[in-house]
Amino acid sequence: MSSLEDSPNIRAEGAKKPSLFRRFSTGLYNRPRLLLLFLLGLPLAWMVIVYLGSLGGLLVQSFFYLDDFTGLVVKRFSLQTYQALLTRAHLEIVGRTVGMAAMITLSAAVLAFPLAYYTVRYASRRMKALLYLLILLPLWSSYIIRVYSWKLILAKEGIISWVIGQIGLTGVLEFVLNLPIIGGPSLSISSLGLFIVFLYIWLPYMVLPILASLERVPGSLLDASGDLGGRPQTTFRYITFPLSLPGVIAGSIFTFSLTLGDYIIPSVIGDSSPVIGLTVYSYQGTSGNIPLAAAFTVVPILIMAVYLISARKLGAFDAL
Amino acid sequence: MNDDPAPAVQFLQVSRYFGDVRAVDNVSYAIQDGEFFTLLGPSGSGKTTCLRMIAGFDQPTQGQIKLFGQDVTRLPPYERDVNTVFQDYALFPHMTVGDNIGYGLMIKKVPKPEREKRVAEMLGLVRLHGLERRKPSELSGGQRQRVALARALINHPKVLLLDEPLGALDLKLRQQMQLELKAIQHEVGITFIFVTHDQEEALTMSDRIAVFDLGRIEQIGTPSELYEQPATRFVATFVGTSNIFEGDIAEAITGSRQIFSVRPEKIRIMQPSSEVTNGKFYADGSIHNVIYVGMHTRYQIMLDLGQDVTVVEQNVEASPHADLSALGQRARLIWSSTANSSLAGETSYPAPATPD
Repeated sequence: MSSLEDSPNIRAEGAKKPSLFRRFSTGLYNRPRLLLLFLLGLPLAWMVIVYLGSLGGLLVQSFFYLDDFTGLVVKRFSLQTYQALLTRAHLEIVGRTVGMAAMITLSAAVLAFPLAYYTVRYASRRMKALLYLLILLPLWSSYIIRVYSWKLILAKEGIISWVIGQIGLTGVLEFVLNLPIIGGPSLSISSLGLFIVFLYIWLPYMVLPILASLERVPGSLLDASGDLGGRPQTTFRYITFPLSLPGVIAGSIFTFSLTLGDYIIPSVIGDSSPVIGLTVYSYQGTSGNIPLAAAFTVVPILIMAVYLISARKLGAFDAL
Repeated sequence: MNDDPAPAVQFLQVSRYFGDVRAVDNVSYAIQDGEFFTLLGPSGSGKTTCLRMIAGFDQPTQGQIKLFGQDVTRLPPYERDVNTVFQDYALFPHMTVGDNIGYGLMIKKVPKPEREKRVAEMLGLVRLHGLERRKPSELSGGQRQRVALARALINHPKVLLLDEPLGALDLKLRQQMQLELKAIQHEVGITFIFVTHDQEEALTMSDRIAVFDLGRIEQIGTPSELYEQPATRFVATFVGTSNIFEGDIAEAITGSRQIFSVRPEKIRIMQPSSEVTNGKFYADGSIHNVIYVGMHTRYQIMLDLGQDVTVVEQNVEASPHADLSALGQRARLIWSSTANSSLAGETSYPAPATPD
């Protein structure tokens, strides 16, 4: 490096000695590892210190326990908290949350796939741009606002009730609301309402990965399948779907894990039947039982780990 | 009706418009069964569009397409007895080589043991024994191309379409595959329709060639017909190189203003005052460029008449000076009148204005 600067015949006549910034940037250019460290430094620090560190701290907390008598957290290693976790009531909560997450993931996939497929295969260029915009537009507004908007829409005095009343299906709505698991006092306070809002909020996260994976399927592959005798449904089954499956799985990771942990939507819309998110919130808040809240947090992490490993084993990522 | 068997492929006044653009403009031709037929032309000439219409991926705006006498114009690709080898091979990345090749059979519900047998046979035909379990990503370009070929041929189609399949291969491999494809075509005995922009490739492999330009066919003929007697300026300059004479210069040489072309290798460079026998044409000029190309030497001569002419001579006697001594010399160009090929007056693009 210094030889470059000291040899005057290399630089043009009248050129100044390189500035400090220029020398720094040339130095980085010559040392790719240093450059990598610079580029990755901040994100790595965030990942390790903030994310993994706090996750680790949480995990450590789950091995402490809350002394019933003093109401203080005892910072000694114990499996008490996990014992307290594995009660029937708690397991019901986990079951309910997982069930809901699974339903929402499946429904989101079923809704998102045709939308993504149309956008990629059939939409004209302008239509495609418009559809991308429409799918992304909700993400520009605040999450809380969207949830509360839905509360208004679903309320007894809201527009859905009104429309249903106009077309004379109020009886049907009441019947549905009286059903055991999904019903509730009104749409805005019921599992059905919860389902609708979750589906709406997470849909872009399912559509975008599917869009990406469908875009990557070359049109010539679909032509080839047709050329070899495959009717459209055959082509879909053997070519389009397997190749877009990584996108569906990626989207499902979003919807599944986001539903497992969410507490805002259940607290606004739900009928306060407990889910993991609400439970963690209440344990660390009102009861100050941080260890139990932490233990509860470990549950979705484990569930997602199992989910990803099974998906990989079943070959969902083969086409990547 | 005549007793001739129906041609394998027939285009009857087929046009394909994309808005205002005439990708294929009122094209009619017939391809006989068992032919190796090539659609040759530059990018955008309509040859690939024609191929796609035979396969069924595209539909003509006007006209009819028949396969062995049957009108298939509106039939989808999966109902035509035609298979395609794609330019990017279009191998299914998530399937093994064996599953790729057996795909057509799998769709027709051919039982597994027979399928595996036929896949192995096909792999033998394209000389890729034992690669059933590999994935396409683990193969070289040449190997992928053969898998694509096997995948198409295993269905015993009546016609095989090949869309510039050799474009991605390097020169030596391409020349080898050209010969192999020709051999396979003879062995299998079906009609091959080949699309390429490489005129040398077309000349090497084809029984007949259709030269395309701007959506129209300029000429159809055997390789030697196209080369020795090009009918239009485009064919003369696209298939090989040609010297084109017109207007005053044509009149000075032949006595008529009819445009004609002469291939560079048909012209002999002789001493300035050589005798010109009957049945021969001549023109005088100076050699201003000599280019050694290994197998032959290319000369450029500026005629006294005011036109640049290219002449090619085989280097029959290797000389270290490679006749660079000819540079700057005066010469008389002599060629036989049978080497002249009259070109049609009207070509697909307007001829340049001739000096009057």
